[in-house]
Amino acid sequence: MSDKRPWTPARIAIHAFLLVMAVVWLFPLLYALAASLRNYAYTAEHGYLSTGGWTLQNYVNAWETAGFTQKFINSAIITVPAVLLTLLLASCVAFVVARFSWRLNLALLGFFTAANLLPPQALLIPVFKMFQKIEVPFWFSDSGTLLDSYWGLILVNIAFQTGFCAFVLSNYMKTIPKELYESAMVDGASVWRQFWQLTMPLCRPPLAALATLEVTWIYNEFFWATVLLQSGDKYPITSSLNNLRGQFFTDNNLVAAGSLIVAVPTLAIYFALQKQFVSGLTLGATKG
Amino acid sequence: MTTSAAATSQAPAKGRKARLSGPDRLTVALMVGVPTLVVLLLVWGPAIATVLFSFFDWDGYSPFSESPFVGGKFYTEAVTIYPAFWPAIQHNLIWLAVLFLVATPLGMLTAVLIDHEAKFTKFYQTSFYLPVVLSMALVGFIWQLMFSRDQGFINGITGWSIDWYGDSRYNLWAALIATTWRHMGYIMLLYLAGLKGVDQSLREAAKVDGAGERQTFFKVVFPVMAPINIIVLVVTVIESLRAFDLVWVINKGRNGLELISTEVTRNIVGEAQRIGFGSALATIMLLISSVFIVIYLRIVMREDS
Repeated sequence: MSDKRPWTPARIAIHAFLLVMAVVWLFPLLYALAASLRNYAYTAEHGYLSTGGWTLQNYVNAWETAGFTQKFINSAIITVPAVLLTLLLASCVAFVVARFSWRLNLALLGFFTAANLLPPQALLIPVFKMFQKIEVPFWFSDSGTLLDSYWGLILVNIAFQTGFCAFVLSNYMKTIPKELYESAMVDGASVWRQFWQLTMPLCRPPLAALATLEVTWIYNEFFWATVLLQSGDKYPITSSLNNLRGQFFTDNNLVAAGSLIVAVPTLAIYFALQKQFVSGLTLGATKG
Repeated sequence: MTTSAAATSQAPAKGRKARLSGPDRLTVALMVGVPTLVVLLLVWGPAIATVLFSFFDWDGYSPFSESPFVGGKFYTEAVTIYPAFWPAIQHNLIWLAVLFLVATPLGMLTAVLIDHEAKFTKFYQTSFYLPVVLSMALVGFIWQLMFSRDQGFINGITGWSIDWYGDSRYNLWAALIATTWRHMGYIMLLYLAGLKGVDQSLREAAKVDGAGERQTFFKVVFPVMAPINIIVLVVTVIESLRAFDLVWVINKGRNGLELISTEVTRNIVGEAQRIGFGSALATIMLLISSVFIVIYLRIVMREDS
């Protein structure tokens, strides 16, 4: 529609403003990309405004210095079960809330969504002491307690994310016509079968949107991983960024390469699943 | 915010429940019970424990029941003796002010402008969204390339030698620039979704009535966005209260970057565990956030039912 409107000065001003903003916003990323491709000795001598010294070596070095192979595996060990279990538990709650309109359901949703908004740091001390006290077999965690174990961290992530997902899913499930359930009940389908074979297949769109968001968030999660995992070799990738900083001096080209490697999965998710990502964010609006 | 929710009737509950068979009842109980237990044990339980801990002097190792009750001692200590307390409060408030007075209006403005235009909007949106998908920790590293004293871009073009992340006169502002870079896109996304929800016929009607663009915005579009305004306000308050990752990767929240969240963390994972004192700080965080969580839930639930 607005394509056909004339280019008034006001519209030109709008585009000029947006263009300047967009360039300013893209600049740090583009600059990181440029820096990551430069030889450190070259930029140290000639400065970053010079034009030579192009290399891919920083990526190789960053990968090795920060031990990215192991860190990516760690991130997957945490993210995959956490996202799957979050979606499963959230679907269960959402289903019951949406399907059986009990008087309690608002209270129940409040119970879950409020949990999602509490500042995690405010809950750290009891969680930390509790995990320190809960002993688990060594095959479960080599630290012998839930502290410094993947499952402890996964559980915390699930607890914090379930509320948001349950809220989004229950809103979606409420739009499923009651008649579908009535006929399933006439056929004698149990509650679980109604949930698993009727509701869940219909919820593919919100589940896809939520999965996209949750993978990004849990991959990006920094605080709990940093404080609950005590041994650096268990750190997921977001918490191990500090490995790129040398003890005494920092090679910023290396930092740039490392940062971009860490950014690639989330950027790839964003570009591949843009629609899911944006719709997920606007569905919930409680998270950043 | 709830785009799809056509909430259905809440009314006849009893009859439905009564019709469930034994196994079905067990299924329903488990479907609610398991997630409830997880959230109860890892969120609500710790929230209550935090408040409880703040009134006792517990060393963390001997049984908690043996630790002496100290009343409000740790709260008094926090506001009178603890050197980082008032700076942390001040930094959190500045954080909130900048997100609220800079990032929010910018996000709103870009959303309105993008909504107004049809050309190149994909490009603009992508530019502003990209930082949103990155973690705050990563944002800290990407801006290090701008702010570093010896190798940073800013000092490189200006010839200054300011240590933006290190100098306590500047580092809060450097961190806030990096935060704004990420937060603005998120705010824009929320407003853009709201603007897309404004009924096109309302705008047409306003135009027919001879309203100018500015009038249309303030009289038609802005009121429709009112619930989003409140949600953005709450999200902004909560985000500034939980700000942590960025300052922790910069210098673990010291030397000008103290926040309440970093001070709580320092009292449990630091060199000395001060459980009661850390819990008192955490309780203050809980109190502030719960006010806004209640506001948020009331809006969301009202919309929902």
